[in-house]
Amino acid sequence: MKYVDEYRDQELAKTIAGSIATEADPEKSYHFMEFCGGHTHAMFRYGVQDLMPQNVHFVHGPGCPVCVLPICRLDDAVELAERHGVILCTYGDMMRVPGIKQRSLIRAKADGADVRMVYSTLDALKIARENSERQVVFFAIGFETTTPPTAVAIKTAQAEGFKNFSVFCNHVLTPAAISHILESPEVRELGIVKIDGFLGPSHVSSVIGSQPYEFFAEEFQKPVVIAGFEPLDVMQSVLMLIRQVNEDRHEVENEYTRVVTEEGNLKAQALVSEVFELRKTFEWRGLGTVPYSALRIRDAYADFDAEKRFELSVKASREVTSCECPSILRGVKKPTDCKLFGTVCTPQNPIGSCMVSCEGACAAYWTYGRFREPKPLEAAE
Amino acid sequence: MSANDPRLAVTTSSVRGVVDMTHGAGGRAMTELIRDIFQRHLANEFLAQGNDAALLGTVCGRLVMATDAHVISPLFFPGGDIGALAVHGTLNDVAMMGARPLWLSASFILEEGFPLAELERIVVSMAFAARKAGVPVVAGDTKVVEKGKGDGVFISTTGVGVLADGTDVSGSNARPGDAILVSGTIGDHGVAILSKREHLDFDTEITSDSQPLHDLVAAMLAAISGIRALRDPTRGGLSATLNEIAQQSKVGMVIREAAVPVKPEVAAACELLGLDPLNVANEGKLVAICAAQDAETLLAAIRAHPRGPDAAIIGEVVADQRALVRMKTRLGGMRVVDWIAGEQLPRIC
Repeated sequence: MKYVDEYRDQELAKTIAGSIATEADPEKSYHFMEFCGGHTHAMFRYGVQDLMPQNVHFVHGPGCPVCVLPICRLDDAVELAERHGVILCTYGDMMRVPGIKQRSLIRAKADGADVRMVYSTLDALKIARENSERQVVFFAIGFETTTPPTAVAIKTAQAEGFKNFSVFCNHVLTPAAISHILESPEVRELGIVKIDGFLGPSHVSSVIGSQPYEFFAEEFQKPVVIAGFEPLDVMQSVLMLIRQVNEDRHEVENEYTRVVTEEGNLKAQALVSEVFELRKTFEWRGLGTVPYSALRIRDAYADFDAEKRFELSVKASREVTSCECPSILRGVKKPTDCKLFGTVCTPQNPIGSCMVSCEGACAAYWTYGRFREPKPLEAAE
Repeated sequence: MSANDPRLAVTTSSVRGVVDMTHGAGGRAMTELIRDIFQRHLANEFLAQGNDAALLGTVCGRLVMATDAHVISPLFFPGGDIGALAVHGTLNDVAMMGARPLWLSASFILEEGFPLAELERIVVSMAFAARKAGVPVVAGDTKVVEKGKGDGVFISTTGVGVLADGTDVSGSNARPGDAILVSGTIGDHGVAILSKREHLDFDTEITSDSQPLHDLVAAMLAAISGIRALRDPTRGGLSATLNEIAQQSKVGMVIREAAVPVKPEVAAACELLGLDPLNVANEGKLVAICAAQDAETLLAAIRAHPRGPDAAIIGEVVADQRALVRMKTRLGGMRVVDWIAGEQLPRIC
């Protein structure tokens, strides 16, 4: 397939792997956090780790929108569908995440709640248009990539005078999360999590640009390379990070120049700031309460805010205590460190969100990488 | 009454209007429905017997039987419909034993309000598929459920076939060293269906690969004597089928991503929707396992057949007590090929 296969080319991969092997200093170990679950997924799906030297390690970050949503917000969504009887529209990944008492949206649907999987906010608007007698709520989650389409939906709903459409807004912000990780005691003081650099987000950066990362590259003295989601993008970015570490540089570099610019998508940014404003705090699964890390709908669009339209009972977030998702999301633990991994918790019966989403680290480990041998066996060639 | 008496033009045909509860009530409406739609299009000597059960001939050899329920949405899709699919799906299950299918039965569950014209279209397609495959539908049944209790039409078919002496094709026969073949491009059916799902409309030229495979299987059995396993990778796709055989035979498998045939447009749709072609359903492809030394001969036989021009050898069976299916990626790394968990859900980011 044109424009895709080129980024998965074996010969090019060998060349980059050769450069990485040559340039990685055997005396050093390199720990890079890939913020996005999309990168985790790409690495495992294409076996990128098999092409890396032993001293290059990946620390999996929290950039999986499904994974970081706290259970209490999911419970709110279930409540909207069950108690308020709305048509709840959601992206597919959210359907199987277990909430309180292992209750997921897919279970609520089986019990009669009207939960519908959509591919875009426009689908949710279409459902609202076709069901004018019912209240339709779009369960909005995700980082900066999915925020502009939600803004478009809200503006469209206002322009067309929708009375039955609202958004349950859970949009979160990437730079705030990265800063929070870098400021955490595990990274700063205790040194439990070693991070020598970041593979920066791909799609998020197409919206916000590369500029927002300048602050923490400078402040925390960590190199950032914005990387595309294809396996060769990941490998090239690792090489760029190794070079920065070797040269003691800590700059923001952009490997994903075919999509990401310095300033990003200004039109999308303007749209987002018109419709949304910062929340003072927001709870993240794994990271806890992070200041100014999420968005809410501005008062001018309050009519389309599900949190204002429906009364939701305030719940405390309760995690399954033995589930290590919170530590995994902070990079403190790997999925295989969790007692539940592959025993109680599998994609068929997920206990934590990291096992559900295709971007979750546990799902990537289980689906593509379980029983990974230290050295790959001979392939059928 | 003259020939042009208007009363003669009043038809008792059921092929107008919609299915209602009387069509399942055992009265005149039901009889007319059976006569005007089912018997008319599916006509054969067995249905013509007109009894509660079909009297079949004597068969020499071991019998094979398979049954399959079809609940597809949408009912009509690019490259096929539920009628043809209900024939192919069951025929192929019989064929995957290495058997020659002889007869089919079909039972229909109709939802009140379903247009009779669409039902006729489905039955015509089913009849055409059965005739083309040379396997008659010898028995059938119809039930009607209230509106809201079904999804238009559900069709359940059962197939009976006969197995030649000495044929031993089973998912438990794979041995380390064997070759793994696939009879053509994967993922066509699933992507064709997805492209027509509600809220997921996208334009594509991809059509379902729904087709009968028993004649291909016959050609394969004639080409080599040692076919160990055959299976059609329907729901769950190639990954589920390989995992099933690996578990049944207690062996591992290693396939090569670059060798698995996938149409560029299917690959593109999967990229867009966040799906893995290995997990996407097929309705006209098979996986074959045979000894390594027979692989090229078998491949040539499949490719020479009109139902298998894109066949490929995709990997090999290895010794592995964990029964893992692994794949050497295009990039040169290795990964596990797992069963799909639940339904494939679209990614969001």
